[in-house]
Amino acid sequence: MTRVFVPRDSSALSLGAETVARRIVEEARRRGAGVEIVRNGSRGLFWLEPMVEVETAGARHAYGPVSPADVESLFEANFLSAAKHRLSLGRPEEIPYLARQTRLTFARAGLTDPVSLDDYIAHGGYRGLRRALEMSPAQIVEQVTRSGLRGRGGAGFPTGIKWKTALEAPATPKYVVCNADEGDSGNFADRMVMEDDPFELIEGMTIAAVCIGAEQGYIYLRSEYPHSLRMLNLALGEATRRGYLGSDVLGSGRRFNIEVRLGAGAYICGEETAMLESLEGKRGMVRFKPPLPAIEGLFGKPTIINNVISLATVPLIIERGGDFYHEYGVGRSRGTIPMQLAGNVARPGLVEVPFGVTLRELVYDYGGGTASGRPVRAVQVGGPLGAYFPESLLDTPIDYEAIADKRGILGHAGVVVFDDSVDLSHMARWAMQFCAIESCGKCTPCRIGSIRGAEIIDRIVKNSDRQANLALLGDLCDTMANASLCALGGLTPLPVLSALRHFPGDFGLTSEDIARAKLPG
Amino acid sequence: MEKREIEWNPTEVRSIVERFRERPGALMLVLHEVQKRIGHIPRDSVPIIARGLNLSRAEVHGVITFYHDFHSSPRGRHVIKVCRAESCQAMGAEKLAAHAIGRLGIEFGANTPDGEYTLEPVYCLGNCACSPAMMVDEELYGRVDPQRFDSIIASLGERRR
Repeated sequence: MTRVFVPRDSSALSLGAETVARRIVEEARRRGAGVEIVRNGSRGLFWLEPMVEVETAGARHAYGPVSPADVESLFEANFLSAAKHRLSLGRPEEIPYLARQTRLTFARAGLTDPVSLDDYIAHGGYRGLRRALEMSPAQIVEQVTRSGLRGRGGAGFPTGIKWKTALEAPATPKYVVCNADEGDSGNFADRMVMEDDPFELIEGMTIAAVCIGAEQGYIYLRSEYPHSLRMLNLALGEATRRGYLGSDVLGSGRRFNIEVRLGAGAYICGEETAMLESLEGKRGMVRFKPPLPAIEGLFGKPTIINNVISLATVPLIIERGGDFYHEYGVGRSRGTIPMQLAGNVARPGLVEVPFGVTLRELVYDYGGGTASGRPVRAVQVGGPLGAYFPESLLDTPIDYEAIADKRGILGHAGVVVFDDSVDLSHMARWAMQFCAIESCGKCTPCRIGSIRGAEIIDRIVKNSDRQANLALLGDLCDTMANASLCALGGLTPLPVLSALRHFPGDFGLTSEDIARAKLPG
Repeated sequence: MEKREIEWNPTEVRSIVERFRERPGALMLVLHEVQKRIGHIPRDSVPIIARGLNLSRAEVHGVITFYHDFHSSPRGRHVIKVCRAESCQAMGAEKLAAHAIGRLGIEFGANTPDGEYTLEPVYCLGNCACSPAMMVDEELYGRVDPQRFDSIIASLGERRR
């Protein structure tokens, strides 16, 4: 039996991976070839998906992108013996895009069958949890703190401090909540963990639960990810059946269960307090802070809330020690960061690298420039609330502080590339419009400011009292940034102001107009 | 918008409420299930849900209207969600959106008069590395150009026949 790997990650499926797998089975049957199909995760080289791999003599050989129509010719060329074909990519781990990465959190993505617990364990899974069960809660917190891990959901808050706060909070019961409401355009790393290595997330949540003594965990998953839901539920069922979850986790006498709860299409529920409201069955309205969720979170109880990537990185940190992880990265940005390359880029995909790599390396060396072949004009970093970077700022290193220094945010580390056909006044207007669509409505700067903001941009573009409206827009952005309750209203000015500063011509403005307007931030 | 009558049974709603009422934060679970079963959340089901969960009708109505996913009126047999977020915009999503409007003959948020399709915007499907993306019911598609859009819609018709 030759093992043939066909990914079942959402993106691979969206490009026909299911039909490719079916065609391979049919063709093998017709030819009497012994083929075992393994539905692996994706390695994140999406321009090559569906990427089919064949295992011969313990080594894998990749072919891609494979369309259903290519299957017959692959058999003709004898791909089952790793023979050459026009879609040959060689050994997948030697493809430069992948070979140059540092895959820590994504070490298993694409290698394993994501819902096979045996495969997970064979590739180093559950070593972290076994270790955690021998440690005291304080020792677990110590390792997470030493690692320097900061919240990968966007805020970049030190994970160890969150855990310590929840650990020391006296109230019970305590909860572990995974924020899987990955709503930022250009971001798909959470989705990949859930679909391509879900046990890693489950293990990370279990370690968090062991640490603070939680018995119930929730994964708050956005409804736009139905395939993630299927994969998570398969993995959770398997983990429970095999005693990695349930009333006696690995014979430790500890109880821990995880339930997936679906969101309902509200972007704001990615904000942690709105998410808690939604989990409680209410409108996703942002809460005032304090109290911190670590002290009064879900149902008013101490709650660890972490993003998918943060939690999925914990097993490795506990297994190898905080210092191991801390060795990667620069400054106060430690470890690796799974960057996501999207939009108009020739080689979109997941690029996990140590902090410190520049945007230029990412966009050109990894991404290969635009998909359209036209010049790169702007790069939005960190989702819809992130700033637009012009070509001249692409040497900025990827690091929380360095990006903030350039008036941006790293956010969830998604990078969307635009070619020279983009109109930044349109994108700035869109940022305001998106805020208006998704605002929970609790605070005025976000609810009303976003609507007024779009109108003011229209007036600037139409050259109606341009300089006065520019000053007004600057003032509005200042109010939104400083007087909004949460990051939605607070950060919407970032894409708007960056578009104005770096691309004034798109608004019919000059650099002098911008300088005179004394924009905030 | 075109109005369609869809039969639904209050007993079914009551049994859904019964199934979830002991679960913490039950309302979201109930609303998802009602919509899955009936296709939307009928206005007349609100008092049943409210009574069953010991909430006010206003609270239930408030939650239904807060979330983009919950709908108080019937939708088409197939729900077509075209992503209009940044990454897809960078790859021509607006052209695709205009094409979808022209092909289906309806605006975003509307149902076709025959009750076949509903067209909705969505802000990110997590398929940003294969932009532009769209989702039909729960099926995700990547690298969708107008031509591929048409063939996907055509295949929906064929699947039923």
